[in-house]
This record gives sequence, C-alpha cells and structure tokens, in this order.
Amino acid sequence: MPPSIEDFFPPVVLFANTPFALNRVELVRILVVLVLVLILWLGTRRMKLVPGRAQVMFEAVIGFVRNSIIVETLGEKDGRRFMPIIMTIFFLTLGMNLTGVVPGLQIAGTSIIGIPLIEAAIAYVLFIYAGIRKHGGLKFFKSALFPPGVPWPLYILLTPVEFVSTFIVRPISLTLRLLMNLVAGHMLLALCWAATQFFFFTLLADGNFLGLLGVGTFAFGIVFFLLEVFVALLQAYVIAILTAIYIQLAVTEEH
Amino acid sequence: MATSIDVVGQLAPLAFGLAAIGSGIGVGIIVGKTIESVARQPELQGRLQTLMFLGIALTEALAFIAVGVAYIPFPHP
Repeated sequence: MPPSIEDFFPPVVLFANTPFALNRVELVRILVVLVLVLILWLGTRRMKLVPGRAQVMFEAVIGFVRNSIIVETLGEKDGRRFMPIIMTIFFLTLGMNLTGVVPGLQIAGTSIIGIPLIEAAIAYVLFIYAGIRKHGGLKFFKSALFPPGVPWPLYILLTPVEFVSTFIVRPISLTLRLLMNLVAGHMLLALCWAATQFFFFTLLADGNFLGLLGVGTFAFGIVFFLLEVFVALLQAYVIAILTAIYIQLAVTEEH
Repeated sequence: MATSIDVVGQLAPLAFGLAAIGSGIGVGIIVGKTIESVARQPELQGRLQTLMFLGIALTEALAFIAVGVAYIPFPHP
C-alpha cells in the first residue's frame, strides 16, 4: 500500500473518546521523552573526575553542543545564560527525529506540526526576550527595523522587508524546515519499502520476472535509511544553531 | 471566438519541480564554493564544513516549504 498523508494521522489507540486520546505518534513522543530523561539521568548520576567510558561519550556529545553551537556564537557569558534551553531544543529534536528510523516505531515525533511549532515559538520568544532585555524595549525594535548607516529614503523600502524577514519569516521557516524535512524523508522511506514488498512478494511470487526490480528498490531503501539518519542529526543541529544565531543577532551591540 | 483553457491533472508536483530548480542551483553553488575554499586553505576544513551544512539547511528550506504547500487543500473554483 503506497504511503499517503494518512500515515501521519494513525487511528487512536489508547483512552479513546476522552480529551487524552492517544494515537501512535503521541505514544512515540511520550516514549522518546521518557527514554531521554532516563538516559540523561543515568549518565550523570555518579560522575568521577577521571571519567569512565560512558561518561566520556556523554562529555563528547554535550561538549560538542556546548562548544561548537553555543559558546561559538554567543560567547561565554550569554552562552551560559542560554545554554540549558538551547541544549533542550537540540536533544528533544534529535530524539524525536531519530524515531523515524527505529524499526518498531517508524514515525518521527517531529513529523506532525506540534513539536516543530513549539520549538519555533520558544526560539521566537527567546530572541525577542534577549533583545528587549539587552537594549530596552523600544530601542530593540528600532535597531532591528531601522538598521543604522542607511540614508533615510531607503527606510521606506527597507523597513517592511526587515519586519517581514525578522518577525514573520523566521519562526515560520524554522517550523516548516524541520517539519517538512521529516515528512518528506518518511514518505521516501515508506515508498521504497512498499515498492520492495510489492516487487518481491506480489510480482515475483506470481512468477513475473519484473519483480527483480525489487533488488533495486531494496538498495534504495538502505541508502535512504542512512540518509534519513543523517538528516535527523543535521536538522537537530540546524535548529539549535539557528536559535543561537538569532539570539546573537538580537543581542549584538551596534557599531 | 472565445476558447477556454482547462487544467486537467495535478499541478502540485509541477509546482514542486519548479521550486526545486532554484534550491538545486543554490546548494550546488554553496558546496562548490566550500570545496574551493578548502582547496585554498585546508586547515579551515572543520569550520567551513560546519558553515556549509548551515548554508545548505537555509537554502533548502524554501524547497521544503514548497512540498508543504502541495498539501494545502486549495478550493476549486
């Protein structure tokens, strides 16, 4: 059966007919949050000064997020302020993306609009809050919408463009980039495996030699599986670093 | 003599195909420039690779938004 948009709206599994009705996607999301909390709690429970093997892995991942995403764009002081929430965004997105390739769960928690919308809303509120905190309310909007060093007639053209690009396009593009990457990846994977099943079990079993094309779609399935893992990692990295960059742009001093 | 033009079939895949042209060219330019810069200064490879992935994500955002537009149920006149 070919994949369709109905894949993303599976039937309700638990607690039907109540406000807490859960379908498969929401069960996957709850599972991801529980697994993440469990892993992070167990990993940081008994930390020694000379780390053992598990602690080395944790320090590698968290060190990567801290150094190359947060401290590099925001500097030490602001970086320490915003580190918890950016790291939360990174690990939540990473966990939810990766369930799209786990064999039992096969649906990414970020492929319904809820999680990307909330993460984009957090990033939106965060960079406006950081800007207002640093510059003072009206001065932040003035410096964002009227960039200095431009002769004043150009402001008639520049300010609407700046307004749309900063306050409207940024959260929308953050949401849609994360969402559609995962949706498109899931449909590609589902298409490849459905095609393989059709070629092998329907055509070849009936003796039609066109079923040997199933080997090709099987190879494509493996390739798209690896691509999907890479896209999951990349999209988590991109949303974390874009949040950090937007905060840095809001906090920077005018020259 | 008035003739009318009717559209039969689906326009959404065509729309996405057109949107993918710009995205493909953009990603090609970004990766090509990164390879060129790494050839000039190989010691910057880590930093430039990071920036390349960021640039690719920003460029492909519009192509992915085009995929999303295909699923909006526009009303037929």
